[in-house]
Amino acid sequence: MIAEVKDRVDFRAIASKARQLIIQMIYEAESGHPGGSLSAIDVLTYLYFQELRLDPARPDWEGRDRFILSKGHACPALYAIAVERGLMPVDLLWGFRKTGRPLQGHPHVGSTPWVETSTGSLGQGFSVAIGMALGLRHQTLPARVYVMLGDGELQEGEVWEGAMCAPHYRLDNLCVIIDYNQMQSDDLTKNIMGLEPLKPKWESFNWKVIEIDGHDYAQIASAFDQAKHIVGTPTVILAHTIKGKGVSFMENSPCWHGSVKLREEELIRALQDLGADASEMPPYLNGSFKQGEDQHGQ
Amino acid sequence: MNNRPQLIGSSGDSLREAFGRALVRLGERRHDFVVLDADIADGTGTHHFKKKYPQRFFQFGIAEQNMMAVAGGLASVGVIPFVTTFAVFCMRALEQARLSVAYARRNVKIVASHPGLDVGPDGASAQALEDLAVFRAIPGMVVVSPADPLEVDQATEAILNYEGPVYMRTGRSAAKRIFDAGHRFELGKGQILRDGGDVTIVACGVEVARALEAGAIMEQEGISTRVVNMPTIKPIDVELLIQCAEETGCFVTAEDHNVHGGLGSAVAEVLAQACPCPIEFVGVRDSFGESGEPEELAEKYQLTGPWIAEAARRALGRKATQERLIRMSSPLAI
Ligand SMILES: Cc1ncc(C[n+]2csc(CCOP(=O)(O)OP(=O)(O)O)c2C)c(N)n1
Ligand SMILES: [Mg+2]
Repeated sequence: MIAEVKDRVDFRAIASKARQLIIQMIYEAESGHPGGSLSAIDVLTYLYFQELRLDPARPDWEGRDRFILSKGHACPALYAIAVERGLMPVDLLWGFRKTGRPLQGHPHVGSTPWVETSTGSLGQGFSVAIGMALGLRHQTLPARVYVMLGDGELQEGEVWEGAMCAPHYRLDNLCVIIDYNQMQSDDLTKNIMGLEPLKPKWESFNWKVIEIDGHDYAQIASAFDQAKHIVGTPTVILAHTIKGKGVSFMENSPCWHGSVKLREEELIRALQDLGADASEMPPYLNGSFKQGEDQHGQ
Repeated sequence: MNNRPQLIGSSGDSLREAFGRALVRLGERRHDFVVLDADIADGTGTHHFKKKYPQRFFQFGIAEQNMMAVAGGLASVGVIPFVTTFAVFCMRALEQARLSVAYARRNVKIVASHPGLDVGPDGASAQALEDLAVFRAIPGMVVVSPADPLEVDQATEAILNYEGPVYMRTGRSAAKRIFDAGHRFELGKGQILRDGGDVTIVACGVEVARALEAGAIMEQEGISTRVVNMPTIKPIDVELLIQCAEETGCFVTAEDHNVHGGLGSAVAEVLAQACPCPIEFVGVRDSFGESGEPEELAEKYQLTGPWIAEAARRALGRKATQERLIRMSSPLAI
């Protein structure tokens, strides 16, 4: 059944739509983190449409696989993919970061129950994922746990506490993805606090390391397939990505990390880059988009 | 309430050991909890549990931040974790307790040994005098500090039965025995251990035995002193505090903790709103501790029974002044 889904799913189309939603919700919220959301979305698309065992009708199904976005600031990506996967209605996106509305500026299990845990303080989601993997195994439940970290996030000491812990407990039900976009908040990761050589670091902590292009679905699929078959040790997937991927003026530019207010012309350019067509533009733009699109086209 | 003179004998036991044995006792009946340690099971009392239930004992090494957030993950899949380390190291993982435990509203029990000057010779680096304040400030976090080994045993069961995040202090040194088997710990409730009408002393942890001592000193001076054990600092027993304010009109709070933010502050918050009256605060006066024997430190930092009695005299003096002023300003007095 899973293979069947795989053949049918057009990951690129889904991710492209998700990227549009990311941009739209950040525009609407007048703040948010586009760069790290756009770099992460291809892996998230594959996870939510292929890899994770979940039932959108029963988000609290006990047997579900868990996904934690430890780099919680990239939650626009999580929210967008949740809408597409049917975990929540699209309307909620327009309340992102707004008072009294459920979609918090960082993921929160208390207001969005399908979110597995609250994140936003870098490093913590990783440890929580280890706790879930340990707890599931303790109860001999077969579900798997996936967690995505940023590369800058790896500078947190807690990450290396966890990096020692998960192989010690032989948590082969745990799969970590590092969104290796080479950038963090203020600058390139190598200028802030260099991480290299990263692969040997994880290997020396007894992890199985798989290195991929995080925008290539064949490579993403193969990495997750391999990870499922590794016994006795957790897996980390180093997913090389481009921060801001898909929006020309955001790609590889640390100034689109966040928390940015998008101008209308930037919104329009971004949506055009992402292949949006005027007829499917969101109603909240009140017609201004359509005119804008004509004026600002390329 | 109970007017019998309380037993303040040596229990020959510490609160941490009592906690460790309570875990073993509860572990037999309850299979839904596990114990997390960061290389100090011998110090926190959890070595008893480790020995009896090795499959339910998880070692994290000297890595408290990871351990605390792992606890959040365990709880989210239905396993109840007791996270155990020294109180100072719980503060190292404070932000993990805030986000991955409290904000996510996880059923995690954080149990901290080695609080306060009671730690003794290890000195200030190990003497947590701020933990009650910082954990109390976390929304939804229940904060408990039992007074003797029996109460620790009952409190351990009570926090396990409670669904939600809890921070509980145990203690390092040999504890006084205060309660007999008739004692019933109830989360959120204080008890009057010794009745009196002139002044109320509210205490928690090791200070409860010292407060009882102060009560006895005051009685010899003919001052009728009420002593309240307040093992739940949050949510605090508002009803009992208001009752004591109405019946005695002035207070002393006593805790092995900074005077800022702990039990004294919790009591003052209630009284300032509900029925303002004089309060004196016994605690460490905004400083760090130092090495020494716990009893010597308690004397030096003015936490002992006689110092509590001295604070009670001050509270009484302020109450009398206030009453005089009220009489003077009342039209009937003219
Ligand atoms: C503990 C902690 N420190 C600082 C921050 C502020 N912060 C948010 S995102 C970020 C940069 C993260 O970089 P990276 O992990 O590489 O994420 P990405 O590039 O995928 O956006 C920082 C410093 C935080 N959220 N948590
Ligand atoms: Mg990055």
